[in-house]
Amino acid sequence: MVKLNEHDGSIISVQDVNFYYGASKALTDINMSFKKNQVTALIGPSGCGKSTLLRLLNRMNDLIDGTRVEGRVYFEGKNIYDPHVDPVDIRRKIGMVFQKPNPFPKSIFNNIIYGPTLSGAGSRSDLSALVEKSLKQSVLWDEVKDILNQSAMRLSGGQQQRLCIARALAMNPDILLMDEPTSALDPISTAKIEELIDELKKDYTIIIVTHNMQQAARVSDETGFFYLGKLIEYNQTAKIFTKPDLKQTEDYITGRFG
Amino acid sequence: MEGTRHTSSQYEMELQDIKDNLIYLGVLTEKAIASAMDALLQRDTNQARKVIAADSEIDRLDMELEERCIRVLALRQPAAKDLRFITTAIKVNGHLERIGDMAVNIAEKAIILNAEPQLKPYIDLPRMAEIVRNMIRESLDSFVNEDLETAEKVALEEDEVDKLNEQIFRELLTFMLEDTRTITRATIIMQISKNLERVADHAKGVADMVIYLVTGKSVRHQY
Ligand SMILES: Nc1ncnc2c1ncn2[C@@H]1O[C@H](COP(=O)(O)OP(=O)(O)OP(=O)(O)O)[C@@H](O)[C@H]1O
Ligand SMILES: [Mg+2]
Repeated sequence: MVKLNEHDGSIISVQDVNFYYGASKALTDINMSFKKNQVTALIGPSGCGKSTLLRLLNRMNDLIDGTRVEGRVYFEGKNIYDPHVDPVDIRRKIGMVFQKPNPFPKSIFNNIIYGPTLSGAGSRSDLSALVEKSLKQSVLWDEVKDILNQSAMRLSGGQQQRLCIARALAMNPDILLMDEPTSALDPISTAKIEELIDELKKDYTIIIVTHNMQQAARVSDETGFFYLGKLIEYNQTAKIFTKPDLKQTEDYITGRFG
Repeated sequence: MEGTRHTSSQYEMELQDIKDNLIYLGVLTEKAIASAMDALLQRDTNQARKVIAADSEIDRLDMELEERCIRVLALRQPAAKDLRFITTAIKVNGHLERIGDMAVNIAEKAIILNAEPQLKPYIDLPRMAEIVRNMIRESLDSFVNEDLETAEKVALEEDEVDKLNEQIFRELLTFMLEDTRTITRATIIMQISKNLERVADHAKGVADMVIYLVTGKSVRHQY
């Protein structure tokens, strides 16, 4: 059971965050809480800081030289930027799926067990069970159950993306971060991933970046609109897409010059 | 559309086109009510026939507008303000088309009444028609200007129309009780009054949608 943050009952909560790439500031004064078992969409024009925020939530930005974080990110009641927190542990609990599917050049089976084995997971039969469970969760099992030893690189783009989701799920995370997970996929694969997101939110909390407004509207419960590194409006998705509070949001989602 | 323009000028044009056509449809329906009432008050059967014939243009526009709205929904997947606009347009279109039908009803009844001696001088009916026409104009103005105040005013005028309708009913009832030969004509006049009252309902329906368009809140069924 995940411990929720005491102050607002959220699973993860960003407080007074500023973020810098060297001297340039990419995020300004971000305060944002994410609810457990909900899908939150992050939208906004290119370069507004969506991916930066997403990477901030599992300390992936640490891997980029010259970056600096001010403020706090609470997860399970602890600030994940406290010096004694292990970023690898955070990344295990908060998984990530990227825009381009990036399977390892290994078999389907080995793609899934790669992470769990590194963190010392069990016997061969445990691993087989884990592979089956993860692939079923990502609705890929029926398509690949007979070719588990085949290279993941031979799967279609849509299948590869679902494999990457399965790989993330195999780590048994609490939160799944998705950065434009369907932007390289055809409509059918996209629909499958969206269906999957709906399914997964029973067990996971999902935060997704998307440029597709309809996708944000379809899959998310809450939507945050970013502009120039600031969180402009954060509201229920139905509200954002019918009557947002701010004109700036309305202009963006209706495709008007802002 | 008000405010900032769409990045897609084609989309912008499609929305503006729908708005322009709705306004035109509104003008046609208001004129139809005015002409139908003239046909009755001036006992001009020819005029009544024209109103009935002119309704096909209103029906055609109604269908065309509905089709355009559906196209925008399908092809543009409008959101927020644009979504509220299209939803409003579809409803307003429906209300206006029904107002056109009411004009036809009134014209048909005028033809029957014109063939008989006039039952009584019309006093409340023209007053009611005046308020109703004003409601149509105001509801359309409020739509064009996205003007909440005017839209809210239309709801108040509807009460006035309801009262006049009741008054006309009571008065005609006394006619019918005194002289049974007036029953047919009195009943027809009652129906005309009822038709005008329905037009007021539709004008209020338009105004309610304007309130939704501007505020995102639905006020139907609140009065
Ligand atoms: N590794 C980096 N080094 C320096 N600046 C960066 C780096 N990554 C992002 N930035 C800058 O930070 C800002 C936010 O970038 P970010 O990638 O978070 O935007 P985004 O909202 O995800 O955009 P997009 O929709 O195009 O993916 C941009 O100005 C970008 O140029
Ligand atoms: Mg990005």
